[in-house]
Amino acid sequence: MRKTKNLIAAFCGTTLLFASMNAMAAPKTLVFCSEASPEGFNPAFYTGSTTFDASRPIFNRLAGFKRGSTEVIPALAEKWDISEDGTEYTFYLRKGVIFHANSLFTPTRDFNADDVIFSFMRQFDKEHPYHKVGGASYEYFNSMSMQELLKDIVKIDDYTVKFILNRPEAPFIANLAMDFASIFSAEYADKMMKAGTPQQIDFEPIGTGPFQRVVYQKDAVIRYKANPDYWEGKAPIDNLIFAITPDASVRYQKLKAGECHVMPYPNPADLEAMSKDAAINLLQKEGLNVGYLGYNTKIAPFDNPKVRKALNMAIDKQALIDAVFQGAGKIAKNPIPPTIWSYNDAVVDDPYDPVAAKKALAAEGVTDLEMNIWAMPVQRPYNPNARRMAEMMQSDFAKVGVKVNIVSYEWGEYLKRSKEEDRDGAVLLGWTGDNGDPDNFLAVLLGCDGVGGANRAQWCHQPFEDLIQKAKIVADPAERTKLYEEAQVIFKSQAPWATIAHSVIFQPVRKEVVDFRIDPFGLNLFYGVDLK
Amino acid sequence: MFLYFLKKLGVILPTFFGVTLVAFIFIRTLPGDPVLLMAGERGMSEERHTALMAELGFDKPVIVQYGLYLKQLVQGDFGTSIITRKPVLDEFMTLFPATVELSLCAMIIAVFFGLPAGMIAATRRGSTFDHTVMTGALTGYSMPIFWWGLLLIIFFSGILGWTPVSGRISMLYYFEPVTGFMLIDSLLSGQEGAFSSAVSHLILPAIVLATIPLAVIARQTRSAMLEVLSEDYVRTARAKGLGPQRVIGLHALRNALIPVITVIGLQVGVLFAGAILTETIFSWPGIGKWMVDSIFRRDYSAVQGGLLLIAAIVMIVNLAVDLLYGLINPQIRHTD
Repeated sequence: MRKTKNLIAAFCGTTLLFASMNAMAAPKTLVFCSEASPEGFNPAFYTGSTTFDASRPIFNRLAGFKRGSTEVIPALAEKWDISEDGTEYTFYLRKGVIFHANSLFTPTRDFNADDVIFSFMRQFDKEHPYHKVGGASYEYFNSMSMQELLKDIVKIDDYTVKFILNRPEAPFIANLAMDFASIFSAEYADKMMKAGTPQQIDFEPIGTGPFQRVVYQKDAVIRYKANPDYWEGKAPIDNLIFAITPDASVRYQKLKAGECHVMPYPNPADLEAMSKDAAINLLQKEGLNVGYLGYNTKIAPFDNPKVRKALNMAIDKQALIDAVFQGAGKIAKNPIPPTIWSYNDAVVDDPYDPVAAKKALAAEGVTDLEMNIWAMPVQRPYNPNARRMAEMMQSDFAKVGVKVNIVSYEWGEYLKRSKEEDRDGAVLLGWTGDNGDPDNFLAVLLGCDGVGGANRAQWCHQPFEDLIQKAKIVADPAERTKLYEEAQVIFKSQAPWATIAHSVIFQPVRKEVVDFRIDPFGLNLFYGVDLK
Repeated sequence: MFLYFLKKLGVILPTFFGVTLVAFIFIRTLPGDPVLLMAGERGMSEERHTALMAELGFDKPVIVQYGLYLKQLVQGDFGTSIITRKPVLDEFMTLFPATVELSLCAMIIAVFFGLPAGMIAATRRGSTFDHTVMTGALTGYSMPIFWWGLLLIIFFSGILGWTPVSGRISMLYYFEPVTGFMLIDSLLSGQEGAFSSAVSHLILPAIVLATIPLAVIARQTRSAMLEVLSEDYVRTARAKGLGPQRVIGLHALRNALIPVITVIGLQVGVLFAGAILTETIFSWPGIGKWMVDSIFRRDYSAVQGGLLLIAAIVMIVNLAVDLLYGLINPQIRHTD
């Protein structure tokens, strides 16, 4: 009997040993069916989310965003101090963080202040030896006005760096959590410069992030392996693969067949089938974006807020959401999405009321109005079909006696011409947030500095401007919230835009995927994600 | 034969020069500039736009830009992509083997099935087989590739689960590319199952890409054979008592092949065009998809270089076809 027990125990023990060995031997590999090849791997060079998806696993920044939210948290900087006048930011860097190694380079030291200074000075200092390497243009650094904002970056000691600004800028920390502020290895850069191949730091990227890039085959695959020494702890998955799959229907078929675990940008037409698929979890979240119709407030009759409000009342937004977004959208009443702090839910939207709209137009002496509506030639999350939207608005406006002509241009031309201050009519456009700060919407899109630029409504309204400028220099979040809430009330009363929609991000993932969280910025992030 | 080759080469060189001009003008006639597209909704100041245009050399007069481009070409430099910042030739050579592998397999399928189908249809003119082949060919020729590809994926990969959905090989396999041809590299890797995975991934895209050339080849073979079969020498061969296999296989086919080979040569260009859609549907990392992306991004260097290289390949294939005529029918090289 004892012999039998021993035998059973030995059998069970061996089975368990083999099972655990098997578990150890089988690495967890998550496959993400990405939608396109990245433009490159240096996020400071580009502005596209596909590139950020591909570079985010590799790099860290001084600050980061909490997974699945827009909350800014410490990353490579453990903490920071802000001077009383709001122009000096002192960052205390995390110790014991190491860069990845590759066939060209093995780090001999930990991450320190030199790496921070290198990463920013490369973009900021036009005389920096790396500034022109790779023909880089640093579009995000420039579009976030960092060139004008930064005065200097000073190394206090190996683990302390001070950023000195020309003016207070409350969203500065949020800016540093953006991809363009990714930290590169200065030691790797030095080595490559000495070897005469400086561009390698962009082509063969090395960072401190949770995954190390193993190989990239253009238009086919990007392979990453988990960084075992990652400062936040090794990722639960061992390998991460981006299987580049441009067509949304094919991505869905791959997801169904188990050839990938996560896919972005599903076809709206497939959403119903996805929601019924037993192997798939269809996650959804409101996107950090807004689609709008921007009137040119410098040209009559659109210079009259009452006319703009009357036209807003003529638009049947629910019909637009149903037809253009096919349910993957939510009516927008404010110029910032509800996922951003300071969103003012108390604001009341202009009701859909064509009869009242017609009366209001007549009261302002607007009869037989003929106007242009500009329809974007491209598809965007905030407006999946601008042409159709414009046609529906054409029909809505016809009901109140306004004749609409729809115009469109090639995308580059569209962006250029729509900025012109004497542009006619109203423009369909939108915006996706960069850093989760209300300033990134309100100041960029509606501030006086943006007239002739990103402010397509050419709207410069001093009471609104005063509020958003004050909010830039106030450090207290509660006070900033109040200022932005007030700004949204003014926006609604002045109606420089007809706010149309915030898109809803849908993300189908296979059931075996654990703890995937939709990123409000629209990125696909895999640190912290596991597989059953 | 050498003189014949030189004559043909004499036609190709000016054509090549013409293509440089067409490629250069084509991308510049499209509205929108690459710098604005790079900036997107965020936009950029006028000063910054001017500075970037100057950095990229787009501020110079077009004729100067063209001169510089030709100078680079003579030195074997196809330029650098303004998006990826990598040499265009490197990018092309990385992706080209995938397109060649797919196109070659598609061409083999098209010839292997198209030629016999056309021959049999011609010899059995008016039969059910003839009608089936011709109806099938017409359908295949008119088939929208995008729709056809998706249909095959949904049926064979989605419903039956016989073939993988897309890509060149299962993500389980990884090895450094040696030749760039997945079938060869998977064999060289020595990894068990890699080759069969590569083959299974190739089946659907090759069928989709082969569909139009197959239809064209079948129709062309049929009509060429019908013409040849009514010739006097075929009647004479039959009168001499030669068997149908010998008459068709030896006498008729050899002569019918001339127009068929012409069509096959021309189909190389069609394959490259079809590859754009096929590669997009099947996530096949080839030059078709790369060219489309480059056009959308106004990546001038990549579009110019890509067009030129593709044109060069099509011209070389057609030169080879011309030389093949000479081999099949020596009269051609004497009279040309």
